[in-house]
Amino acid sequence: MSGDSELRTILGDQVNRLLADRVGKNELESAETGASQQALWQAIEENGLPSVLVPEDQGGVGGGWDEAEVVIRAAGKYQAPVPLVENILAGWLLSHAGLEMPLGMTSLAPVRANEALSLVRSGGGYRITGEATRVPWGRSVGQLAVFCRCDGDPFVALVPKAAWRVMLEDRNIAAEPRDTLHFDGMVSAAGALPAAIDPDHLYAFGALARASQIAGALESVLENTVQYANDRTQFGKPIGKFQAVQQELARMAGEVAAAGAAVEAASRAADRRQNDALFELAVAKIRASEAASIVAGITHQTHGAMGFTYEHTLHFATRRLWSWRAEFGSETYWAEALGRSLAAKGALALWPGLVDRV
Amino acid sequence: MHSFRFEPSPLPPETAEMRAQVRNFLNENLADYPSALRARSWAGYDAEFSAKVGQAGFLGLTYPEEYGGHGRTAFERYVMLEEMLAAGAPVSAHWIADRQSGPLILKFGTEEMKRRVVPAIARGEAFFCIGMSEPDSGSDLASIRTKATRTDGGWLINGTKVWTSGAHLVHYMIALVRTDPNAERKHDGMSQILIDLRNTDGISIRPIKNLAGEEHFNECVFEDAFVPEENLIGAEGGGWQQVMAELGFERSGPERYMSSYQLIFELLNEVSKDTSATGAAAVGRLVAHLATLRNMSITVAAKLQAGEDPALDGSVVKELGTLFEQSVPVIAHQTFDEEPSLDQGGDFGQTLAYTTQAAPSFSLRGGTREILRGIIARGLGLR
Repeated sequence: MSGDSELRTILGDQVNRLLADRVGKNELESAETGASQQALWQAIEENGLPSVLVPEDQGGVGGGWDEAEVVIRAAGKYQAPVPLVENILAGWLLSHAGLEMPLGMTSLAPVRANEALSLVRSGGGYRITGEATRVPWGRSVGQLAVFCRCDGDPFVALVPKAAWRVMLEDRNIAAEPRDTLHFDGMVSAAGALPAAIDPDHLYAFGALARASQIAGALESVLENTVQYANDRTQFGKPIGKFQAVQQELARMAGEVAAAGAAVEAASRAADRRQNDALFELAVAKIRASEAASIVAGITHQTHGAMGFTYEHTLHFATRRLWSWRAEFGSETYWAEALGRSLAAKGALALWPGLVDRV
Repeated sequence: MHSFRFEPSPLPPETAEMRAQVRNFLNENLADYPSALRARSWAGYDAEFSAKVGQAGFLGLTYPEEYGGHGRTAFERYVMLEEMLAAGAPVSAHWIADRQSGPLILKFGTEEMKRRVVPAIARGEAFFCIGMSEPDSGSDLASIRTKATRTDGGWLINGTKVWTSGAHLVHYMIALVRTDPNAERKHDGMSQILIDLRNTDGISIRPIKNLAGEEHFNECVFEDAFVPEENLIGAEGGGWQQVMAELGFERSGPERYMSSYQLIFELLNEVSKDTSATGAAAVGRLVAHLATLRNMSITVAAKLQAGEDPALDGSVVKELGTLFEQSVPVIAHQTFDEEPSLDQGGDFGQTLAYTTQAAPSFSLRGGTREILRGIIARGLGLR
């Protein structure tokens, strides 16, 4: 029944092989101490993965969200400790404004729903000002794709490191950098965005990316938990032979399946419906974030005290689940947004609206 | 380990016509149907309505035309089902027959039986119930004791079936009975047999009131009830395999996540009148689950259409679907300060009162939550 594109299949093989080879306990631990992951990044860049959403005529891979999803999900599955996902979003944003994405780690800002940055013409170029919080990998990247307004119009600017100061080095629960940046400097390039892409859309696509990362991390958690349940012996048999454990792992499998289904549906909707996919993007983030909490709880219960140690690798996944479920809007944020739009249309529109989405 | 991927599978365009036809039918036949009755979902029984559904050509959609069916796709049938459920149409009279009895007979029944029974199912005139559970055999179905003993020209049935929804109203039961009490393994020696409930002596049917005071399910006692030879379905001794295949039809359809739909509708109606953050978040969350379950369930329908065996995926849909259905009355209760009443409440209060009481059955019927999770655990390689 596979409706996967050839590109999706190729990218999936490529990214999973690369990350399985290159990301292990040592890399994850060293990344948490702030060590540079330049070698990993170069391997990722050589495979073109950061430009999966950049059109071919702009030098990218030319994939859609369905193809990006397989890369982003793998980044979540292996917990790649580099800004691959942010780079994919940055490339998508830059290409919409007709800007080229440079090589080197790139992230994006702002990532909070209520933040705005301004662009003013200055000399022959543009100057950017303002502040953005929780910028992913802010201290680690050489440039940022920044959504901003110039005379009220939506713009994207490619901003070099020289144009910001790191005001606060913060981290999420998983020790991924989430920094406060103060902007005041000249940008490398700037371009107007089509009006259809507003901050709400930007935020929603960020939510889809985090939801896809969650789906990937959930896959790895399920595999590892089943493995652990088969390996760990108590009362003379593997704990996975106990019905109490089996029932919980079955519950986990359902959540993992639902999160995966929701992000795949949203990715295809984003390709099919372009800027009219807010419904599916919200659904994906709600469903994946909710699954993240349930699955993290079950996996820790199954792993016992072993899984509560820093020594064990489980926390690299679960601490990310606890972080990503909140980033680019929690399930409650998106549920309220979705609920308000449904309430505005009224109950009679619910069913026709739902079946019309597919 | 089984892949738990549910690849999105959009409904093909030809389903739009079916959807329009079903909506027209519902507009004509169900316009003033009250919310509290719609809330009964696929437990609502109305033989006249079922006959109309059959006359309109919506039953036996996927059956071959030579047996009175319509030769349509699993997708078209899916759309018909979900529109009926979204409208809260009273479909219970024909539901079992259309969903599983017809397909079972088409697959395992004799030619004579197919011609005798299946066209009547498709016309909405032959209704069925399921004779599986017994007083001492619930989840452990293979322990059933009702037996069929050979006699001149047929079988004598003795034993008791319970929880047979609609047995007091419908025409037929397909019963799982023990035909070889000496079989070495308890999974062997069972057979399925078609019983004409309205024209057979030796059957007493006693309704069992459910917790809400309604009479849907029954206890059926068989005392030397004679069933003719030709009513055996499939191979003698092949009952267990047939029943497992039959349950597969039961587990992934839209009825496994739509049972509380009317309450979602009424909840949204209340939230629309006065939209608080809490109310909006409650509705948004439920609809996110609903949309995801629908996609997953359609993926299973696509596998059925492609001739694959989606038994495990179907179990995942039912596991998630019934959790969801049961969460709806809890969330509705937590969202509004409403004391539900079946008698005096408005549409929201009445629907909440009904669904709250119906909800425990959702994860019992068609295989309990524990059994389904056991099936999923096997798919994980744990059993």
